[in-house]
Amino acid sequence: MCSMRLEPIKNPTLSRKLTPPTIALFATIVIASLLAMVAGANPFTVIGLILKGAFGSTFAILETLNRATPLIFTGLAVAVAFRAKFWNIGAEAQLYAGALMTVLLGTGVLPWPSLAILPVIIIAAILAGAVVLLVPALMKTRFGVDEVVTTLLFNFIFLLFISMLLEGVLKDPMGMGWPKSARLIPEARLPRIVDGLRLHWGFGLAIFSAICIWVIQTRSTLGYEMRAVGLNKEAAAFAGIPVNMVIVKTALLSGGLAALAGFSEVAGLKGSLTLDLSPGFGYTGIIVAMLALLNPLGVVVAALFVAGIFVGADSMSRAADVPTYLADIMLATALLLMVLAIMLTRFRVVRN
Amino acid sequence: MTKDAVEALSLNDITKRFGELTANDAVSLSVNVGEVVALLGENGAGKTTLMNILFGLYTADGGTVRVFGETLPPGNSRAALDAGVGMVHQHFTLADNLTVQENITLGVHSLLKLSLGRAAAKARITALSKKFRLAVSPDARVGTLSVGERQRVEILKALYRDVRILILDEPTAVLTPQETDDLFATLRLAIKEGLSIIFISHKLHEVMAIADRVVVLRHGKMAGGVNTKDTDKNALATMMMGTEGSPPVVSPAKPGAPLLALRNVTTPDIGSTPGLKSVSLELKAGQIVGLAGVSGNGQAAMANVVGGVLNPTDGQVVLGAKTVQKWTPRIAVQSGIARIPEDRHKTGTIADFDLVENAILERYTSAAFSKGGWLNWRKSRAFADEIIDKYDVRCPGSDTPIRLLSGGNMQKLILGRVLEADPQIILANQPVRGLDIGAVNYVHSQLLAARERGAAILLISEDLDEVMALSDVIHVIADGRLSPEFKRGEMTPAQLGLWMAGQGFETDVLHAS
Repeated sequence: MCSMRLEPIKNPTLSRKLTPPTIALFATIVIASLLAMVAGANPFTVIGLILKGAFGSTFAILETLNRATPLIFTGLAVAVAFRAKFWNIGAEAQLYAGALMTVLLGTGVLPWPSLAILPVIIIAAILAGAVVLLVPALMKTRFGVDEVVTTLLFNFIFLLFISMLLEGVLKDPMGMGWPKSARLIPEARLPRIVDGLRLHWGFGLAIFSAICIWVIQTRSTLGYEMRAVGLNKEAAAFAGIPVNMVIVKTALLSGGLAALAGFSEVAGLKGSLTLDLSPGFGYTGIIVAMLALLNPLGVVVAALFVAGIFVGADSMSRAADVPTYLADIMLATALLLMVLAIMLTRFRVVRN
Repeated sequence: MTKDAVEALSLNDITKRFGELTANDAVSLSVNVGEVVALLGENGAGKTTLMNILFGLYTADGGTVRVFGETLPPGNSRAALDAGVGMVHQHFTLADNLTVQENITLGVHSLLKLSLGRAAAKARITALSKKFRLAVSPDARVGTLSVGERQRVEILKALYRDVRILILDEPTAVLTPQETDDLFATLRLAIKEGLSIIFISHKLHEVMAIADRVVVLRHGKMAGGVNTKDTDKNALATMMMGTEGSPPVVSPAKPGAPLLALRNVTTPDIGSTPGLKSVSLELKAGQIVGLAGVSGNGQAAMANVVGGVLNPTDGQVVLGAKTVQKWTPRIAVQSGIARIPEDRHKTGTIADFDLVENAILERYTSAAFSKGGWLNWRKSRAFADEIIDKYDVRCPGSDTPIRLLSGGNMQKLILGRVLEADPQIILANQPVRGLDIGAVNYVHSQLLAARERGAAILLISEDLDEVMALSDVIHVIADGRLSPEFKRGEMTPAQLGLWMAGQGFETDVLHAS
C-alpha cells in the first residue's frame, strides 16, 4: 500500500520558505520551453526573445511598466480583499466602474484645469468601484450570499451595462459608429512621467497605492482588523472586532483600488472608454495577488513579472512565430506551481 | 487477573517523533483477555498519538503492535480494525439522520447482497443491548438521543462488529456520575464475555474503580505501570503529574456586592444544544461561582451572554446597578469583564498572529495601543513582553506565532491579556481544559488571587472535581435551566450528579432523554 500524507511543518526554515517557489519558477520556464519546442522553435531563443521583448530596451521596459500599471491596481484590490478572506472575483466590474466614472466626468462636464479635475475624477472613480463592490459585500454580511458568485456574475452584468451605454447615451458622435465613448478633454488626461516616452503617471499612482496599502495593513487598526478577520473570523468576533463592518470596509477599499485601474487605463493610455479596455485585468489581478502571496509590495513585483511575460510574449511571437498563447500558459503554470509551492513551504509530504 | 493470562493486544516500545518533539518514547502497553487496562495521562501526554499508531494513522518510528500474537503491518489503517480492535471516540461518529440500527449496521453488510437482513440485524442488536445492559431502541433516530444514549450506540456498534478489544477514549467526559456507573456495569459484563478493554482517562477515581492495571504516560514517556489493587489515587497522581507543585489552598470567601447579574435570561436553542431558559444568576465581588453540568447543556449560551457575544432574547443583563442596553464583546471588555474562552485555539487566539498581536486582540482600539486608527506597536510589544515576563509564558520571543506555543503557554498569554486590565468580573470557561498539571495549578492560583483582590468570577467547567474544589457557590446547569445555588461543601458529587441529570428540576417537563 503506497499512500501519501501531508504533515504540517511547525516552524519552516528560511530555505524551506524559499526553495519551493524558486523551483516553481524554474519548472514554469522548463514547461514553457517544452511547449516552445512543440511549436517548432528553439526554447532558448524563445525565452531569450521574451526577456528581450519585456526588458531589452527602454521602449520594452516602459511598455512593461505601462502594462503592469492596471495589474498593480487589480492585484492590490484582490490582495486586500483576499487578506480578509473576502473573495472579490469582480475586479473587472469595478475596473469598468472606475473607467465609466472617468469618462462621465472627464469628457467636458467639468471644464477645470488638471490639478482640480484629476483629484475629483480619482475620488469619484474610487467611490464608483467601492459602491459596485458594496452591493455584494452587503449581500454577504446581511444575507450570507456567497460573494464569489455575486462578484463573478456582476462582471458580466456590468460589462453588458457598459456595452449598453456605449451603444447608447455614451456613444461618441464623432466615433464613426464604433461603440466607444467621447475622448477625454486634455486636462483630464494623466500626464506622462517623462516627456516623449509613453509611461504615464498612472504607474506612479499605482506604486503610491501599493505603499499606502502596505502601511495600512501593517500599521493601522483597520489593517490589523482585516488580517484578524481573514485569519480567524470566530476569534476576531469573540475579541470584539466588528467583523461585518470590517468586511464592508475591506470591500470599499478593494473596489476603489480596482476602479483606479480603469481610471488609469482611460486617463493615462486610451483616452476613451471601449469594451476592450481590459483584456481581463480583473482576473489577471487574482494571479498577481496570489503570486505576491497577498503582500502589497509583492504585488508590484508580481505585476511586473506578469506584464513582462505578456509584453515579452507579444514581441517573441512576432519574431519566432510561436503563438502568444504561450504567455497565458506560462502564467497559468506559474500560478498552479506557485500555489503548490506555497503549500509545500508549510507542509511536508510523508509516505506511509 | 488470572494466572494463565492470554495476551490480547500489545504495543511494544513504540516511539514516535514529530520533529523535535518525541510524542511517544518507547511506550509499551499490553492488555490480556478479560482485562481492563487504563491508559492514564494528562492531555498532551501522548495517549492519542499511541492510539493513532495502533490504528495505523501514524507510522511509528520504532516498536511493534501485536494483536492476538500477530504483528500488525505499520501504517495500515484497516489492520487493527480487521483484527478485532474497536474504538469509541470521545467525539462520536454517528449519523444523526439515521436510526440506531442503521448506524450500527452501516458498512457491515456487503452492498452486493440483495436482502438487508433487517429483522436478523434487529434481533441481534436487541440481544446485544439486553446482554450488555445498553438500553436503547434500535428504531430511534440518533438525532433525538441524549449524549449517554449515543455513547451506548457507539459501544453497540463495536460489539455488533464482534470486536475483541474495545478502546474507550475519555468515555466519561460527557456523562453524569450515574451514567458513568451504568457504563462501568456494561464494561464489567463485557470483560466477563472475554473482551479486553483499554480505558483512556485522566480521572483518577474512575481509573481506580474500573481498571485492573494502569499504564501512566507523562510527556510521552512511560511513567509507570501498576496493578490498581497495589496503588492508590495519590500514588497515581504523583506518577501522572510528577512533582510539579500542588493544588492551591482555598481560603474562605468574603463575598461583596453583586457586580453582574442575569435576570430571567433566555436565549434561543442552537441545533440540539439548548439555550438558557429564564436563568437568573448573580456574580458577587470576591466570590467564585461554579457552573457544573454535562457538556452541551447551555454552558456555551451562558458563557456567550456573560462574555457579550450573545444578546438574550428575553431578560436582562445587569452590570452593577445598570441594566445593559447594547451588549457586544467590546462593551463587555470595556465594562471590565475578563473573558477566558472555552476554546483557546479557535476563539481565544489567532494562530498565525504573533504574541504581540494576540495580546492586544481585545483592546487594540484603546488609547494604550492605538491613536486615531494607527497602532502603536512599541507599546503593544511592551505589553506583550510584560505578560510574557509576569505570567511566565515560555516562548522564543513576542514575535513568535502563537500556534507554536503549547496549550499551557497559550492560556497564560490569555490570562495575562485579561488579568492585566485589572478586571472586576472574570468569566473562566473551561480554563484548564487540556493543560498539564503545572499549568492547571497556575491558572487556578491566578483565579484565586483575583478573587482575593475582589473580582467576581464565574467558573464554567465540565470537570465536577474542579468546580467543587474552587467554587464558593455552585449552580448546576441542565438542559438550559439553572439549579438553585449550593454553598461550598453543601452537596456531594452524587447529589450534584442528580441535578446534572435533570432530576432536580422535577417541576418542569423533562427534555426527551
